[in-house]
Amino acid sequence: MRRDAQAVLLLLVGGTLLKISLAGTYVRYVKAGQLPLLLAAGVVLVAVAVVTLIAELRARSTVDDHAVDDHAADDHDHHHGESRVGWLLVVPALALLLFAPPAVGAFQANRNGTALSAQADTDYPPLPAGDPVTISLLDYAGRAVFDHGNSLAGRTVRLTGFIIPGAGGHPYLARMIVACCAADARPVKVGLTGEVPVGLKQEQWVQVTGTWLDQADHDAVNNELIPYVAVSSLEEIAAPDNQYES
Amino acid sequence: MTVVDVEPVEPVAKRRRRRLGSVELLAALVVVGLLGRGVLLGLFDSPRAQTLVTVFVSVMVQALPFLVLGTVLSAAITAFVPTRFFERALPRQAVAAVPVAGLAGAVLPACECGSVPVAGALMRRGVAPAAAFAFLLASPAINPVVLVSTAVAFPGQPKMVLARFVASLLTASVMGWLWLRLGRPGWLRPVRVTDSHTERGWAAFWTSCRHDVVQAGGFLVIGAFAAATLSVTVPPRWLETVAANPVLSVLALAVLAVLLSICSEADAFVAASLSQFSLTARLAFLVVGPMVDLKLFAMQVGSFGSRFAVRFAPTTFVAAIGVAVAVGTVLL
Repeated sequence: MRRDAQAVLLLLVGGTLLKISLAGTYVRYVKAGQLPLLLAAGVVLVAVAVVTLIAELRARSTVDDHAVDDHAADDHDHHHGESRVGWLLVVPALALLLFAPPAVGAFQANRNGTALSAQADTDYPPLPAGDPVTISLLDYAGRAVFDHGNSLAGRTVRLTGFIIPGAGGHPYLARMIVACCAADARPVKVGLTGEVPVGLKQEQWVQVTGTWLDQADHDAVNNELIPYVAVSSLEEIAAPDNQYES
Repeated sequence: MTVVDVEPVEPVAKRRRRRLGSVELLAALVVVGLLGRGVLLGLFDSPRAQTLVTVFVSVMVQALPFLVLGTVLSAAITAFVPTRFFERALPRQAVAAVPVAGLAGAVLPACECGSVPVAGALMRRGVAPAAAFAFLLASPAINPVVLVSTAVAFPGQPKMVLARFVASLLTASVMGWLWLRLGRPGWLRPVRVTDSHTERGWAAFWTSCRHDVVQAGGFLVIGAFAAATLSVTVPPRWLETVAANPVLSVLALAVLAVLLSICSEADAFVAASLSQFSLTARLAFLVVGPMVDLKLFAMQVGSFGSRFAVRFAPTTFVAAIGVAVAVGTVLL
């Protein structure tokens, strides 16, 4: 691969990283905390590309055009078959720029077992003030299963997630938990009962208000517990910018 | 989305050329992608295909900053650190240098994508391959970021952190020593002559950065795509059926670690959620993952050659399982 081609390729990849960082769409792919790393990487790649292009242009203006054309402009190593593999970097860059793939959601949530066990903490502090109190789905499920609902009893909670089909005709509220990137996304699931409208579509984002009740399913995939919430009101909402919890 | 991102193609493409060059090809690709967008979108309409694409680009977006970090570090080593620095820093006996280099891996706070180019640079700077490999294998598993995330994922079980540290360092050292006994230099792709001898200083720095990102990045794409494909096709339910069997469960999680290619900073959270498996099986997952996985294998092919990778990766796989089971039996 020629040096100037490599430079353009790096410009494309670095520019893509900067674009998804600045546009905010990077939260579909990695944890929000990765932003500084993405920006730094984007800047470095663009810098490498610019330095290379400048060096290349200088070489062309000083050296005889004839010599530059074939050999000097080639990369130093002559494993052409190997360096051609670099072209593959075009694929993720174009996928990001042209298609802006959506966040992972219902497909992975249905396939994978609820990821509650990861948070098997024993101490749960009292819920913060608020009526209803807005908490994460993971927090709710953890308190319901491992705290046996103690810190939830008598409180009204507000939860946000998307709908997936559940067991026994009850829909589940689900949310993907991401530790690093969407490749490690695992779902946490909570069953909905009470004032739940019929005909909720899979993947529809909703905000529910409700109370804890002592009921649970076993996840068909990994046999972990899926706690329930007794819904008093349910509102369909647009998908949030950051669809993951962490 | 605008075409702004690809604008820089133009000034280069405008240059006089007698035949079609790679830059023109790249420009053509972008145009085809833009025009054929509707058709391509239709191809990826199913939820499975969409998830595959998202997981694929996610692995890339996650890995690229670490690849860049590793590349910059390796370029700095190649360009600015004199060979004698490593001669002084590491024990002269290769047998002793192996575990020291493995332990030194703790200073690179990056996942496995960063350690491949750095290990390559160490070898170019005259570090014995055995020691460089110990660094390569140990670094993604024993650096502080990874150990802390392991502690967070396994609350109240500090022995898991200790077991991961011990088993990973031990596996890395075993592989380094094995290389001393059995390794053949001929398996490794020859060191690039130009970079290490004629260029020094900033010119070498930029050349090395550019070359490593393009080369390792290309192989990373192959690995990321393979991992994404498997992650949306292998049914998680299969795991359930083997969890109860002590031997199969270790093998199953070791294979899973290879296939999923999860970043070493995140794998502890996944391991923690595989609660139906024994702690030893999950330790095997944590030891194998940062040392052998699809994207790492692809990158090793890129950096050290395929003759090396087809021997090194399977051996590492076996060694990691063996050490993980032994350490797990003693510590967990």
